[in-house]
Formats: sequence, C-alpha cells, structure tokens
Amino acid sequence: MHYVAVSLAMLLIGTAGLLTRRNIVIILMSIELILNAVNINLVAFSKHHGNAAGQVFAIFVIAVAVAEAAVGLGILLALFRNRETVQVDEVDLLKW
Amino acid sequence: MNLEALFFYAFTTLALGGATLAITRRSAVHAAISLMVSLLGVAGLYLLLHAEFLFVAQIILYIGGILLLFLFVIMLVNLDAGRGLRQFHQRWPLGAAVTAIAGVAFAILWSRVQLPPTQQMPDAGNVELVADTLLQDYLVPFEVVSLLLLVAVVGSVLLARKRA
Repeated sequence: MHYVAVSLAMLLIGTAGLLTRRNIVIILMSIELILNAVNINLVAFSKHHGNAAGQVFAIFVIAVAVAEAAVGLGILLALFRNRETVQVDEVDLLKW
Repeated sequence: MNLEALFFYAFTTLALGGATLAITRRSAVHAAISLMVSLLGVAGLYLLLHAEFLFVAQIILYIGGILLLFLFVIMLVNLDAGRGLRQFHQRWPLGAAVTAIAGVAFAILWSRVQLPPTQQMPDAGNVELVADTLLQDYLVPFEVVSLLLLVAVVGSVLLARKRA
C-alpha cells in the first residue's frame, strides 16, 4: 500500500504549511492539501476492500472542501476589507 | 519496472512536488499554480486506483472550481504588499515540531496495522457502483450535503458583501 505513504507525506506537507506560513491564502491552500491526502487514503482503501463506500466518502469530503473554501475565502475578503492585511499574525486583537 | 509503477511514481512526484512548492512559494499566484499541479497528480492517482468518477470530479471541482476561486480572491486582494515580508511566522519551529511528531506517530501506527486480504471490486462500471452506493446506502447524507452547500453559498455571500 504505497498510497498510504503518499497520503501521509501529503498530510504532513499540508500540516507544515498550515502551521508555519503567515499568508492566509497559503494556509487555506494547505487545508485543501490535507483534505486531498484524506481522499487518497479513502480511495486506496476503497480499492483494497472492494467496496465503493470509500469513494462515496471522498465525494462527501470534496463537497465539504468546496463549502469550506467558499466560506474561508469569504471570511478572507471581509478580513482584508476591514484590516488591509492577509498576514495571520497581524490579526491579534483578541490575543492576550 | 512495469508501466503501472512508472505512472504511480510519476503522479506521486507531481502530487508531492506540487504540494511542496505550493507551501514554500513567496508569490500566492505561484503557489496556486503549484497547487494545480499537485491536484492533477492526485487526480492521476485516482485514475490508477480505478476511481474514474473521482478523477473527473477532482479535475472539474478542484481545478475548475476551488482553484479558480483562489485565483479570483488573489486577484481581488492586494497580495504584492506581503511579498517582501517574512513568509513564516515567528513560532514556525513549534509548527514544524508538531508536524514531525505527527509524522512519526502516524508512521509507527501504520507499521502496526495488519490489513485484511485484498478483495475484488464487483464487476460493474465505476460510475455505476458509486451511484448505487451514493443513492441507495448514503441517500440521507447526500441530501444533508446539498443543504450544507446551500448554507455555505448563502453564508459566503453574506460574509463577503460590502457593508452599506
């Protein structure tokens, strides 16, 4: 099952981008990478078990990813309109 | 090396190389293009796994939909101001450490898993199988997802509109 290794590598790349970058657009892209890693896993195990349910789950994940991207980019636009920045560590009004 | 392994490594290189470029580029447009390469590689992996429906859905939805949305937002938001700034925030070693720990933990977990033997897919077309499973066994989640998409569309319009 080499696919699981690919999925793990992609998940780690996504996590690294999510936790280290400052640009919120790149952070949203990292979330898409993580969701893609999950999908590779689901499809690989769907093939392994000879059962199409895994692919149906992957379709649900894609639908949720689309909704997440739409809402996330909407929040990003509202943030940029109010604060004129897309660097996440400059948005620290609620930080102690 | 047989042809399938060759394609597997080619698509894996595309997927992982594109992902690595996407999180390291300074320019958000370059990152979006790298993300497209990565998503294409993942679509190729779906094809190798005989998930033809997901292959098409990946290209149409991710590359035609989500990536286009990203490019629109990059166009609307002025990102050039951030190009000269630091690209990684101050506590990036913490994030890298968390990632490394998660990687080691998952690798150890995976090395202990014992898989049941491989089973064959039922002998029918992939789209037919997916449609049967989706519309018979998972009909209620399917309808809930359509509701979720409706809420997401209304919500994102509300969030992004100009305050009068």
